[in-house]
Amino acid sequence: MSDDFTGNARHSRLAQFHIDTPLLLGLLALIGFGLMVLYSASGQSIVMMERQIVRLGIALAVMIAFAQIKPQTLKRWSFPLFLVGVALLVAVMLVGSVGKGAQRWLDLGFMMFQPSEIMKLAVPMAVAWFIASHSLPPRILHLLGGVLMCAVPTLLIAQQPDLGTSILIATAGVFVLFLSGMSWRLIALVAGLISAFLPILWLFLMREYQRQRVLTFINPESDPLGSGYHIIQSKIAIGSGGFDGKGWLHGTQSQLEFLPERHTDFIFAVLSEEFGMLGVLILLAIYLFIIVRCIIISSRAQDNYSKLVAGSFTLTFFVYVFVNIGMVSGLLPVVGVPLPLVSFGGTSMVTLMAAFGVIMSVGTHKRMLAAP
Amino acid sequence: MFKKRVAIQDFAAESRLFNQRAVFAILFVVLMFSVIVFNQYQLQIVSYQDYQTRSEGNRIKVVPLAPNRGLIYDRSGILLAENRPVFSLELIPEQINDMAGTLAELATLIEFTAEQQDAFLKQVRAQRRFNSITLKEQLDDQEVAILAANQHRFPGVTVEARLSRHYPFGDLFTHALGYIGKINTRELQQLELDGEAPNYAASRDIGKIGLERFYQRELHGTMGYQEVEVNNRGRLIRVLRSVPAVSGQNIQLGLDVGLQLTAQQILKQHRGAIVAIDPRDGAVLAFYSNPSYDANLFVHGISSANYNELLNSRDRPLINRVTQGVYPPASTIKPHLALLGLESRTITTNTKIWDPGYYTLPNSDHRFRDHIRWGHGWVDIYTAITKSCDTFFYDMGIKLGIDRISEYMHKMGFGEKTGIDILEESSANMPSRGWKRARHNQPWYPGDTVPLSIGQSYWTTTPLQLAVATTPLLNRGKLVTPHMVTAFNNGETTAANILPPRQVLDVENEQNYAVVMDTMHQTVSTLGGTAHRAFIGAQYSSAGKTGTAQLAAIAQDAKYDADAIDERLRDNAMYLGYAPYDKPTILVVVALENAGGGGSNAAPLARQLMDYYFTAGVNRDE
Repeated sequence: MSDDFTGNARHSRLAQFHIDTPLLLGLLALIGFGLMVLYSASGQSIVMMERQIVRLGIALAVMIAFAQIKPQTLKRWSFPLFLVGVALLVAVMLVGSVGKGAQRWLDLGFMMFQPSEIMKLAVPMAVAWFIASHSLPPRILHLLGGVLMCAVPTLLIAQQPDLGTSILIATAGVFVLFLSGMSWRLIALVAGLISAFLPILWLFLMREYQRQRVLTFINPESDPLGSGYHIIQSKIAIGSGGFDGKGWLHGTQSQLEFLPERHTDFIFAVLSEEFGMLGVLILLAIYLFIIVRCIIISSRAQDNYSKLVAGSFTLTFFVYVFVNIGMVSGLLPVVGVPLPLVSFGGTSMVTLMAAFGVIMSVGTHKRMLAAP
Repeated sequence: MFKKRVAIQDFAAESRLFNQRAVFAILFVVLMFSVIVFNQYQLQIVSYQDYQTRSEGNRIKVVPLAPNRGLIYDRSGILLAENRPVFSLELIPEQINDMAGTLAELATLIEFTAEQQDAFLKQVRAQRRFNSITLKEQLDDQEVAILAANQHRFPGVTVEARLSRHYPFGDLFTHALGYIGKINTRELQQLELDGEAPNYAASRDIGKIGLERFYQRELHGTMGYQEVEVNNRGRLIRVLRSVPAVSGQNIQLGLDVGLQLTAQQILKQHRGAIVAIDPRDGAVLAFYSNPSYDANLFVHGISSANYNELLNSRDRPLINRVTQGVYPPASTIKPHLALLGLESRTITTNTKIWDPGYYTLPNSDHRFRDHIRWGHGWVDIYTAITKSCDTFFYDMGIKLGIDRISEYMHKMGFGEKTGIDILEESSANMPSRGWKRARHNQPWYPGDTVPLSIGQSYWTTTPLQLAVATTPLLNRGKLVTPHMVTAFNNGETTAANILPPRQVLDVENEQNYAVVMDTMHQTVSTLGGTAHRAFIGAQYSSAGKTGTAQLAAIAQDAKYDADAIDERLRDNAMYLGYAPYDKPTILVVVALENAGGGGSNAAPLARQLMDYYFTAGVNRDE
């Protein structure tokens, strides 16, 4: 069986299991580098490493499982999944568990479940299903339909409150609209509307701690021992890494715990400190490789639904990377987004790998259709 | 068919549209990554030095190391001041958010007084926030265990083992050694003025009085420091660099524990002082003021109850009677005046005067009494000193005049600080015309000179001053500087503390010195000498002069009756003695408050001290 893209037999064998080899290699490179940094950032904690490796194993399994599902099947289930997700979000609002000052979880008895994670996948899939069921570029009416589908879960999640996730979910939906070819004029208009919406967000939707985060972002030195502490220590860690870093396990900011949240949200600062600018460039190169590979897969996808879903997932992945690095290095306010596949963390990693599974499915199933 | 064609057309256009957007997305991603790279460049390359410095500042702390205080030894090497480890409860204010709450919780675990708490809070205000401040000292084993078990509940609260000063002999050396205590705000300011404050960054104590204060610089040593790496909670991770502290110098004293114990024992019944020096070089051999007190009370902060008791005691134990006890020298200064009389040729060894039991100035009928009511008859210088004839000295004093007496006595050291190595010293008073004019705004009358000639009225000395001012008599006009410290030892080399005697008197006739020393010898050696009885049977030769200072004025024809007057107004007993008489190595002054006659009360105590000195062989090089 010849293949126009992954031209050799070894790759073909992987392709039988609907695995995209370059993407897998990119992800494995990222996971490997990430584990190395985590080992240092966790204070060489074997326990934490084991938990992360187990989680990565589960996430990889989920990815492979999703890769086996045909895009057509996914498309069919997109809207029902979306409806279930909305129902669960309403349930969270009514009977959800409160933790860390927010109501985000459903207690299923045996585990805590965060429905917003489903929506990370379900929203772009549902919007893509809706847009792709009409011809592209979408008409205004269809666009408004798509916006509405974004808006409902976004508002439900924003009131939990979980501003970071709600914005990411909205962004994922908007990416579908953008990729579907909505006109630049409309994009400019929406951008204008969002700018107008910002004061409302600030005044009515944001909680005090969220406003504080933004204020701290604007001037971290105003409260060096309070809320500015995170970002100041993070910038010290990054800056003191220099060009080639202090060496693996030798970052003083991280090893001596001056850096807060060093194994979760701020792990990029650990990497910057220990591996320097060189390490950062390697990390960005891996991310860029994964993103470009995914965009290529989506542009080669056979139907619009697949293109839009894969493209949206890819750009959402990029947003994760950019927001995390941006907040850790002082470009953006601190919003609690992990660095994908590097930060220590659970559910979001599984969701992310599920998305890569969908992308792989899109990239590998088209040939089977095209073959006859 | 049509539908399908349209779909194919749409698909191509849609695909192109998507690809445009995809290319745009990739460009956008690259642009955003470039922003990150640019920002990283700013942070990691451009501002590297700045962040590097701040990173080092985060992790590296310089911890000062206190030097060990120098030890103090007696002349034979017995420890008089040592450093012992004690456990103390300390708090670092910077690490404690709720000081009141922490103190309240600590109070449920161990006992500390409100006074300790107040002192602690005072220190908290005075010291820097990151300094560790003591709440309670000298924890017992149980308290240490309780605190260790509850350590986790109290961040910023630690049990520290520190070296603490201890004076094993308690009250025996207090007035000589003094003691150390916490550095107070005023002392801190002084250290800053002297530029010494940096050297005290880790030090908590400072010499308050006595030798501990005088030799503070030598005893303190030089601070060391450690550059340590700490984590975000300030916990020490590792030591990067260490410069050890240099311990203070050990000092050796001329004081002897045995002599000192003897002095304490024989003074037990009296308020007073005993001082013994080596008249050749000024080394102090014994230095005891009674009553004394335990110096250890002050080291850990004396309680106000204890302090008030000491402060308000009628016996005034805080006064250092050796250097601050101001007593009329009485007849003990007769030898000194005799030397002036001889050197100035006012008298010779052949001069004799008639003593009817009193002296009157020309054109006056006021009688200055002799202590013998019926008089000594014909008296020469020998009799005048051995039997302590007052009339002879009244007469000689008037002939000498206040100016010559004052000048000569000042030269010998009267009315001057001796320069001993403690700062608590009075210069007492050797009066002059100028002094009386300044002090009482009155001219000097001949009637002032008369009692002055027997060491009364305005003339006062301290016991130490009397001893030191006697050394020119024994050293052909050379005055010693008394000093307790005889050697410094920095752990490796020993440096002797030698203060050479100064020539203060012009020697007219060496023979005069021999005459005066001879009269003092006869005071002890001849039957009828005032100190003869006290030294009967002594195994060594000695010389001396008794003194009995009258504190209450007695009416012209009344008789002194010890029983009839208040105990605190009874005569002071004085004795000045040295031995061996021809080659003195020890010079003793005994001053007893309200004890009565010097010959019968003070001289026997000097005898006991000298007995010990010679039998125990204190001065080994003899």
